Amino acid sequence: MKPELSVNIGGIKMKNPVTTASGTFGYGPEYAPYIDLNRLGAIVVKGTTLKSRQGNPTPRIVETPSGMLNAIGLQNPGVDYFIERALPFLSNFDLPVIVNISGDTVEDYGLLAGKLDSASGVAGLEVNISCPNVKKGGLQFGSDPESAAEVVRVIKSSTGLPVIVKLSPNVTSITDLAVSVAEAGADALSLINTILGMAIDIKARRPVLGNIMGGLSGPAVRPVAVRCVWQVYKAVKLPIIGMGGIVSAEDAIEFILAGASAVAVGTANFVNPRATVEILEGIEEYCRKYGCRDIQELVGAAHRQ
Amino acid sequence: MGSIGTSVKGRVELSFLIDALVIKQERVGPGLYFMELQAPEIARKAVPGQFVHMQVSRELEPLLRRPFSIYNADQDKGRLELLYQVVGKGTEILSKAAPGQNLSVLGPLGRGFVLPEKGQKVMVVGGGIGIAPLVFLLKELAAGGISAEVYLGARTKTCLPSLSQVGSMGFQPKVASDDGTIGYHGQITALLERDMADTAIAFLKPDMAYACGPKPMLKSLARLLLAKHIPFQVSLEEHMGCGVGACLSCACKIKANNQEGYLYRHVCVNGPVFPGEEVVWDEA
Repeated sequence: MKPELSVNIGGIKMKNPVTTASGTFGYGPEYAPYIDLNRLGAIVVKGTTLKSRQGNPTPRIVETPSGMLNAIGLQNPGVDYFIERALPFLSNFDLPVIVNISGDTVEDYGLLAGKLDSASGVAGLEVNISCPNVKKGGLQFGSDPESAAEVVRVIKSSTGLPVIVKLSPNVTSITDLAVSVAEAGADALSLINTILGMAIDIKARRPVLGNIMGGLSGPAVRPVAVRCVWQVYKAVKLPIIGMGGIVSAEDAIEFILAGASAVAVGTANFVNPRATVEILEGIEEYCRKYGCRDIQELVGAAHRQ
Repeated sequence: MGSIGTSVKGRVELSFLIDALVIKQERVGPGLYFMELQAPEIARKAVPGQFVHMQVSRELEPLLRRPFSIYNADQDKGRLELLYQVVGKGTEILSKAAPGQNLSVLGPLGRGFVLPEKGQKVMVVGGGIGIAPLVFLLKELAAGGISAEVYLGARTKTCLPSLSQVGSMGFQPKVASDDGTIGYHGQITALLERDMADTAIAFLKPDMAYACGPKPMLKSLARLLLAKHIPFQVSLEEHMGCGVGACLSCACKIKANNQEGYLYRHVCVNGPVFPGEEVVWDEA
């Protein structure tokens, strides 16, 4: 019997729990030659800002043990370009489109939410208050519970779309942030964004990245991400999209057992363009093997043992 | 700006993710390796200047794929040939791959060289491992009956394993080496500059120049060619994550009429081949 895999993330109906982590899947066409996008539970697109952004100087990535550091700096063509040029491509597919938004100011978030609210084909917003690679905005909103809540309130007053808040692990207490944005009206949470890190070229004796510091992702961060999902699941009653170093179905199951209702595949897409679909197939296989009829049975199950 | 896949003009859309059988692996110089892979889908579609993104190991360390320019594609046999240099952990692991082993290969990726028209005068300039994509280009030029003035430079004689192959295609490359063990003693761009200035040599101003090599070489070359108004195409390199335009890590500066005077383009989908006149060389 085919297990029931559909999930509801704060009002976004996904046919299965597998989605993409923002910034690792472009706007869809990049990976369409390798997988059928219709198989994804949802797509979370590249971080979008009000105006176009050039991004940071190179080098923008450096490989680290079982991971990578990136400092792209939110390079993107801006929200208007996204709506006019990228969104129509995704409307050809049967999958919810979640737009990751990032602002320099609280007002930016409101304007972005308003523009996307009136665009057709957007299923929800993922609010980036946790990007470590930009000077203004980004993590400064994501490290203070009150600022984070303010961003959520402004967005909620500008749109009826479901609002997923993406939290940073670069804070003393991720649960304080989670509680604060939940009270401000967030519909769901994404955990986690990248972990602030850096690498030094020992021959040149200087930092490798053009931006000096960057965000660590890949399998190396998974234990931190699983811990964050575990803690936040206990603290708030919002659906969680878990992410951070998922490269296999086993990794995804770990997040679900910790409390994630859905999972996002990030860095693994770079290594294996078919990672999302293979992970989905592996989750189905796991459910069959362990007699799980509905994926909901697994969400947070590790807390109940 | 940006690189929204299907809207990028001229992008070659057809690429494949396959497990390719290693047919041959051979050390051909100091830290230089030649590899032959059974990859019929990719070999059939590849054009000179394109690259493949390869997983050197199934382990999580090293994690990311590595890009390699296509040295040759044998469409009849369905084989891809690579010439690569061991520069770090990834290429070190790749150099240990033995015939019979399978490697995950993504490709062909990127935009290749725009080939000249018949009768056009062509110059090809390569330095070090940057010669790799130019051999495929020269093969296509030879097949199209196009002659070319070829300049190839390397650190030392043994770093030029492609010389005989290029010669057998009918080209007579001019050669330079940093240590003087073969050809002109010095950089290939210095030899080219000397030839361009030498009135005794009937230097034919080419209609198009093609180049690949280390950044300082390309920068010197750009200075020479721009001064003579010779159009050129260069294959660039940058740290690369995904190879398909999603991660936006392999950015390079391309001239633009905006406040900054440039836009970031991406080596993986907008390149690796760019018109040399459009590259911002000052910071290269």
